[in-house]
Formats: sequence, structure tokens, C-alpha cells
Amino acid sequence: MFKKILIANRGEIAVRVIRACREMGIATVAVYSDVDRAALHVRKSDEAYPIGPATASESYLRMDKILDVAKRSGAEAIHPGYGFLSENAKFAQACADAGVKFIGPTPYSMNLMGSKTSARQQMEKAGVPFVPGTSRGLASAEEGEQVAERVGYPVMLKAAAGGGGKGMRLVHTRQELRSALESAQSEAQRSFGDSEVYIEKAIVNPRHIEMQVLADEHGNTVWLGERECSIQRRHQKVLEEAPSPIVDADMRRRMGEVAVKVAQAANYTNAGTVEFLVDQQKNFYFLEMNTRLQVEHPVTELTTGFDLVHLQIRIASGEKLPFRQSDVAIRGHAIECRIYAEDPDNNYFPSPGKITVLLQPSGPGIRRDSGMYEGWNVPMDYDPLLAKLIGYGTDRQQAIMRLERALYEYFVAGIKTNISLFQRILCDADFQAGKLDTGYLDRLLAKGNQAARSSAPEKERATLETIAAIAAGMFAVLDPASSASKGKDGNAAGAAKIPSNWKQKGRAEGLR
Amino acid sequence: MVYEVIVGGKTHRLELEKAAGGWECRLDGQLVHIDAVIPRRDVLSLLVDGHAYEIKREQTATDLHMWVGSTRFAVELRDPRSLRSCQHAAGDEKGPRKILAPMPGRVVRLLVAENSEVEAGQGIVVVEAMKMQNEIKSPKKGVVKKISATPGAAVNPGDVLAVVE
Repeated sequence: MFKKILIANRGEIAVRVIRACREMGIATVAVYSDVDRAALHVRKSDEAYPIGPATASESYLRMDKILDVAKRSGAEAIHPGYGFLSENAKFAQACADAGVKFIGPTPYSMNLMGSKTSARQQMEKAGVPFVPGTSRGLASAEEGEQVAERVGYPVMLKAAAGGGGKGMRLVHTRQELRSALESAQSEAQRSFGDSEVYIEKAIVNPRHIEMQVLADEHGNTVWLGERECSIQRRHQKVLEEAPSPIVDADMRRRMGEVAVKVAQAANYTNAGTVEFLVDQQKNFYFLEMNTRLQVEHPVTELTTGFDLVHLQIRIASGEKLPFRQSDVAIRGHAIECRIYAEDPDNNYFPSPGKITVLLQPSGPGIRRDSGMYEGWNVPMDYDPLLAKLIGYGTDRQQAIMRLERALYEYFVAGIKTNISLFQRILCDADFQAGKLDTGYLDRLLAKGNQAARSSAPEKERATLETIAAIAAGMFAVLDPASSASKGKDGNAAGAAKIPSNWKQKGRAEGLR
Repeated sequence: MVYEVIVGGKTHRLELEKAAGGWECRLDGQLVHIDAVIPRRDVLSLLVDGHAYEIKREQTATDLHMWVGSTRFAVELRDPRSLRSCQHAAGDEKGPRKILAPMPGRVVRLLVAENSEVEAGQGIVVVEAMKMQNEIKSPKKGVVKKISATPGAAVNPGDVLAVVE
């Protein structure tokens, strides 16, 4: 087993990996950019080294600096977390060349899965089900029209090197195809330096369901159940759960077997995720494979009882998987809310800044993986994910109730967060009925805040308004130093000049 | 203590007086007996007629909010003894209005020039944070008297970006 591991990441996932290492008696090395000196992952690690300015391309994405720290500190392995260098085959290769173990798959598997068309060709050979379409880039608009005719409109054009919705076009009719192809190709060229575009049948209102796999370096591969990830916005997942409300034991086994087949076809090792699109008839189609630990891995951990980070480290150190497929059982239900620094009143725009008050939930069935603390200044330079709140229960309904309770306890001031969004989702009738697809969240938000607000009884709201008014006065009386009309132009200075009897009394008593 | 509290668009008169075992509270003349403690900064435990409430206070550079449970209320609190100093802040539609940065970020570009006429809700400055761009809008119709934001500069919450009159 490794004695020391470097974590090439920041935020909640760096803290998550550091915790696993401490549990396993492994020393940890953190790296940090200039704005992250006071970040939680630096505070929690055994060693920490600066790697440059705030901009990720000059710090967290600098392979040379990170490998240099690994060498200096004597770290034997690197955990990349998610994002940053986690799916960079060049980095995995550079680690191998430097004699440091990369905790993840081999550069070969990463390269294979990195291109959507090469992954598709390989998977087609292995007999994996696909959305009907081509496995190669389109040579001409005529070819595109022929394929579209064969699979039926609507069709989706996708960049082979794509991601994040770039180089993607939905085409409803033959007339639109030619110009859509041209614009997708030029967008793909601009965004990825590669104009290869392929075509697929468009699945209307699909679900996004993914399967967790684990593979050791001795040829053993298992699946650990699915995660429902249909609640997304701007191609960003917001809430995930395991198991999916629509997957039964038989479908889970079939999806799991396909996922294992995908992993084996890519000679995959370590933790990975096979993503599927699922149509309204519950047909599932291979979409892509994520060659890293996922943000939403805790819902799988809670419903299987396995610690995925422990297992990643054990696999990377050469151990065999300590269990077989027949030992995997799904128990209970888990739902994860991604707490982002975003302003719900301003179209979920990022909201960095200083956290002035933080009250955090705990109690039965609640897991909180967090990278924030009270007094921390959330930098404006990175992803807005602050923490993950995961509710676990014997069934879906209990998991929902526990999360609602925990969200009620959660309070963050100083910056804006999307906590109120989860309160809306969890009490929504469609969510509770499990009626989800990738368009769900946009539809919910289109209903507007108004609908959500009017659902609160008028009389109750009036009472709460009264309480708010009394509370504002009581704060001013009991804590006059930081109260009243502070913040309004000119008032803060004016108020400070008025001597407070309470403060003077307090000080006089303190002198005794 | 006497306060004027504006919440939900209504102005209330609030009188608070220390009494045995708590406080006598008159809200618009109506008397209730309450008990209140601050167990930690910005958190208030309030007991009203046996009902327990936990209220969180959120103060930013520009406003004050009370969270009762998970419902948020924008609150304005005035001390009538220093009412005079508050009055110019209360004149919403008249007089110059400062446009403040709502979050830390970097000024990307200006959307209007000084002395140009703007409508309420029109974008004035674009500020970028966490790789997303945000248009900061004018709170009122008027003329842009001054623009203090410069493209490329970092801003902190509460920094004045522009003044509209």
C-alpha cells in the first residue's frame, strides 16, 4: 500500500480524498493556488505546496508543477479527483513516466474513451447498444441525409471531440440538415480544433442514467448500480439519486452487464462510469464513459456500502477487488444535492465571496461532503460547487423527507447559494412521482418563483413577516454593534457615532 | 426602544421594552410578550406565546434580510431618533442611485457611456465571476452621471460601479 498520496485537486473532492487517505493511514500532500492558501483541503492535509497563480491553467492544470511536488514530497501516487487533470491521458502518461502511480485508468483507456467516435467504433465491435446513427464522422451532407432518412428525424449532430453542448445541433427536417452540419462542423473546429461531426437519432425527452463500474488490474470488473442524473441545467448536473425510480432489478442487471462489457472492451481499470440515454420505452443506449471518479459517487457508496475512494486506492496499489459481483446488493435510497455558490434571484449566476455565517445540517441519514467553512472567501476563479448534501433512507420517500429536513437546517450567508432550488425540486409533484427527464429542471424553473411562493399559505406568510419585523428589532437591541441601518448610504458612519448604552454598559461590566 | 420596520412593503412601528422574563413587544400597538436570545452571531432564538422561531440575519453591503426558517424577508430598520439621516436613502426614485457590485468579480466591459440616458433594467456594466458573465442593470430610468468601473479591474461587493441620476 502507498505511504503517501498527492491530491491534484481542490474543494470538496480534495477533502474527500484526504479523509479516505487518513482513514487508511496514508499521508497526504495537497497542492494549492495563490487564492487557495486558506482553503479547507490545505488545512486538512499533512503537507501542502503552492503551485502558482489562481488561473487553473497556471496552477491546477500544470502537470510539471504537480509532478515536481510529487517528487519533492516523495508521494508515490496521485489522485486527480474530478475535473482539472482527471481525464487527461497525457497527465496519466506523464505520471507513469515519472514513476508515480496515477489513481485511475491507463492512458490507453482514457484515449479510447476520450474521442466519442473511436469509443463508438470499439464499443460497436463489443456489441454494446447505441443510439442509431454513424460511428464515424460524416464525409458529406448527402451521407448525413441518407443516415437521417434511415434512422428517422429528429436527429442530433455531435462533435466527435465534443462536450458541454458545443458542436451539437438538433435537426428536425431534411431542409435544416445541410446548414446545421456546416455550423456544427465550424463550431467543433473552433472549440476543439477538430471538425469531425457524426449523426445520431435524437431521443426525445431522454433520461440520463449512468452505471458505476470498478475494475482491478487482475481482470475483475464489477458494476455497482445506476445513478439517475436527469436533473440538469446548462449540461450541468444538479441533483442525482440512486437507484433510479424507473430501473428495476432486471434492467439494472442488463445495464450493469453492458457497462462491464464496455469497460472490458476498453481494458479499463479503476473506477469509471458508463453513461446511458434512456428513452420513454426504457430502452437504454451507450452514450460515453467517464474515466474518473464522479461528483455524485456518494449516492452509490450509500446504497452499496462500498467506499469508492478506498477501493480506487487499493486497486491502484495492485490489490484485487475484495468482493465479487454476487456480493453487490442495492439497499435503501440516496439523493445528492449539489450546493453551488449561485444566486437563485439572478438566473443562478455564480456568487463568490466571503461566507459570513454557516449553519450546517447533520443527523440521521445525512452525509455532507463540503469544501467550505465560515469565514472562508469563495474564490471567483473556479467551479461554483461548494458542497454536496446527500440524504439517505430506507426508501425514496424517506430520503426526500430527510433532505427536506436537512435543507431546512442549512444556512449560508454572505454569498448566495442554490439551497432554495432543492426545496422546490423536492416538493414538486413530478419529482416525487419520479417523472424525470433532462428537460425537467428547465420546465420547473420556467414555472417561475411566483408559483412556488403563492403555494405558501397567505396567513402563514403574514405571521412570518411579523416575526421577521420583531426579530430585526431584537437583533438591533441585543447586538447593536452590527445592526440597524448599517449599509445604507451614510448611515453606517452616522450610527457608529451614536454611543450605544448597551455597549457602554457591557464594557463597564467587563472592566470589573 | 422604538423602531420603524419595513417588511413586505409595509411599515410597522415596533416598540421593545425589557420586562420580567423577557420583553414587552408592541407591534403597531398590539402587545405580545416575547423572549429572545442570541446563541451565536447572526442567529436569534425567539419565543412568542410558546412558539419557537430561529431567525438568521444576513447583512450585505446593500441590504438586510431576516430568514425565518427557510423563508427570507427583506427588512429595513430605522431608528426614528436618527430618522433625519435616513431620509435621503429612502427617496427611491428621486436623486442619484449608486450601482454597486453584487459580488466579487472582474469588470469585462461597459455597456453605456457617461451621460447617456438609460431605462430601468438596462444593462450598464458586465462583471465576470466563476467564468460566467453578469449584466449589472440600472435600478431606474435616468442619466448615467458617472462610471467608476474600468474594464479589466477587479471589484469587491459594494464597490460603486456607476451612478444613475
